[in-house]
Amino acid sequence: MTNVKVNSVAKTYGTTPVLADITTEFADGSFTSLLGPSGSGKTTLLRIIAGFIKPDQGLVMIGNNDVTDVPVWGRNIGMMFQSYALFPHMTIAQNVAFGLERRGIRGAEARRQVDRALEMVRLPGFGDRTPKQLSGGQQQRVALARAIVIKPSVLLLDEPLSALDRRLRQEMQVELLRIQRESGLTTIFVTHDQEEALTLSDKVAILDKGRIVQIGEPETVYEKPLTRFSAEFLGDSNFLTGAVEDGAVRLADGSLIKSTSILPATGSTVTLAIRPEKMAIASGSTAENSIKARITTVIYAGPVLSYHLETADGLPLKLFAQNRDGTVLKEGDEISLTWSAQHTVAVAD
Amino acid sequence: MKSLGRFYLIATLVFLYTPILVMMAMGFNESQLYELPFTFSTRWYDALWNNKILLTAGMNSIIIALITSVVATALGTMASVALSRRTFRGKSLLQLMLLPPIAIPWLITGTAMLIFFYWSGIGRGMHALLIGHVALAIPYVVLVVGTGFRTIRADLEEAAMSLGSTPVHAFFSVTLPLLYPSILGAALFAFAVSLDQFVISYFLATPGYTTLPVQIYSSIRKGFTPEINAISTVLLLGSMTVILIFARFAKPGDTRDKR
Ligand SMILES: Nc1ncnc2c1ncn2[C@@H]1O[C@H](COP(=O)(O)OP(=O)(O)OP(=O)(O)O)[C@@H](O)[C@H]1O
Ligand SMILES: [Mg+2]
Repeated sequence: MTNVKVNSVAKTYGTTPVLADITTEFADGSFTSLLGPSGSGKTTLLRIIAGFIKPDQGLVMIGNNDVTDVPVWGRNIGMMFQSYALFPHMTIAQNVAFGLERRGIRGAEARRQVDRALEMVRLPGFGDRTPKQLSGGQQQRVALARAIVIKPSVLLLDEPLSALDRRLRQEMQVELLRIQRESGLTTIFVTHDQEEALTLSDKVAILDKGRIVQIGEPETVYEKPLTRFSAEFLGDSNFLTGAVEDGAVRLADGSLIKSTSILPATGSTVTLAIRPEKMAIASGSTAENSIKARITTVIYAGPVLSYHLETADGLPLKLFAQNRDGTVLKEGDEISLTWSAQHTVAVAD
Repeated sequence: MKSLGRFYLIATLVFLYTPILVMMAMGFNESQLYELPFTFSTRWYDALWNNKILLTAGMNSIIIALITSVVATALGTMASVALSRRTFRGKSLLQLMLLPPIAIPWLITGTAMLIFFYWSGIGRGMHALLIGHVALAIPYVVLVVGTGFRTIRADLEEAAMSLGSTPVHAFFSVTLPLLYPSILGAALFAFAVSLDQFVISYFLATPGYTTLPVQIYSSIRKGFTPEINAISTVLLLGSMTVILIFARFAKPGDTRDKR
């Protein structure tokens, strides 16, 4: 088992910087998701760790070894591709045994390990079939078995579930997590899907324009986003901007908003992020923060009601409310929103 | 729709095969002047057996086609690998330059080759024929193998490399087996291009070394005998066998997934 370190890694294609000075560590046995918009450099970072791409500068360490100059085939990585990438001219057993054979493991020992790997992905007895005889989800499991049977130092996955339909995807998420926990493999997982990132990971890294803007446990990244970008990319968020005054923030409409975040010096402008589900429709006057707004759109989604609102200044807001008593407010209703200082997070722009 | 499609298919096959069948039948007809009624005879096959010139030319054609097929397939496949999997300066220009030879009339290519071979001292004869045929066949090989390459995802090789294969091992263990039908098809194509070749062979052959099409052409000028039908039939059956064996392995024209 091994940790993976990336030190000042940068990559430029032509004149476009794709990764800018990335330094981070993936702890031994941890599951980290790389999350970010299209083109933010997730695949590039993963492929640099795999060894398919050589960084322009910086180091990649797997365990205590500097592998920056080691080619893919010398790195002992397990990789799963979006397209499964099973070898169509080989049986399932031959596919899984491919990496073992490269490591000199053949015959009965190889068969034993292949069987165990196929059991692990719950496809025992599928060894004699060909990839074409399996469903997409089953092929994905075989790809996973093939990647883990070699006991890689690190498991790298580039959106491996995005080709599956929703139900199968959720099923595979559970499987993936179980197998990762059982094998204790250091895992780096690229995804577009924020829910997937939150539910699977020990750590979530948010990438934007070739930089890791925030990395941390899912709760931390969700509850305490550092930048406006992470607050917006992971989940939904409302933003209020004002000037710091007496340890609180004065908005343009004159109201004073309290926050438990550390605020910059008095007089400077600050942006506050508040999750839509942390706001409530005012019932009393005890709340620490409140703001008045008019409902512009009502989205009824069964258990959750989602309201789009607008303040007198024209600032758009969102509110998620549990559908507890079945009362649905109407468009045009004027309401007061309340929330606590603890859920008001100062973010960098 | 289905029966209409079948009708067209049958009509096409009838059109293609009728002249061939008539030609084959006439090889077994007694009459030298292709006169009816049909009288079965193996006379022309006996004559063919004694016609050393025609037989030698036939042998030459097959040898040249075989060598051309092997050499052009090897070189063309390597070119395809480079074009499909590597990036290098001038690649797209090279790729573009490979196609026009297919469209250039053989008469022009042949004239150019004759002039060039004469000027450079390569001359004419078997070696010149081989060089000419290989050069002619390579673009077809690159085209066929290149198309095969496009159906093989690059991430298969990447998967092999992630499992510990060097690029060379990945190529031989993953790409080549998948490319095998295309390479076989390309080899067949090269073989056919060479066997079929008349114009260029006509220019590059010498009186002492000719190929079958060239020899048939000069025989016809002297006078047509059913011996020509006989050797054509032998050749036809030979190449048909090769093609049918190939078709058993890869179904051309059927792009449906074999599930
Ligand atoms: N071989 C290449 N040549 C030039 N530019 C490239 C190359 N590979 C990637 N890029 C560019 O680098 C940037 C990052 O690409 P990358 O594939 O890492 O993004 P990503 O975060 O994985 O995106 P996605 O979510 O769409 O997969 C993109 O702008 C892309 O256009
Ligand atoms: Mg990507």
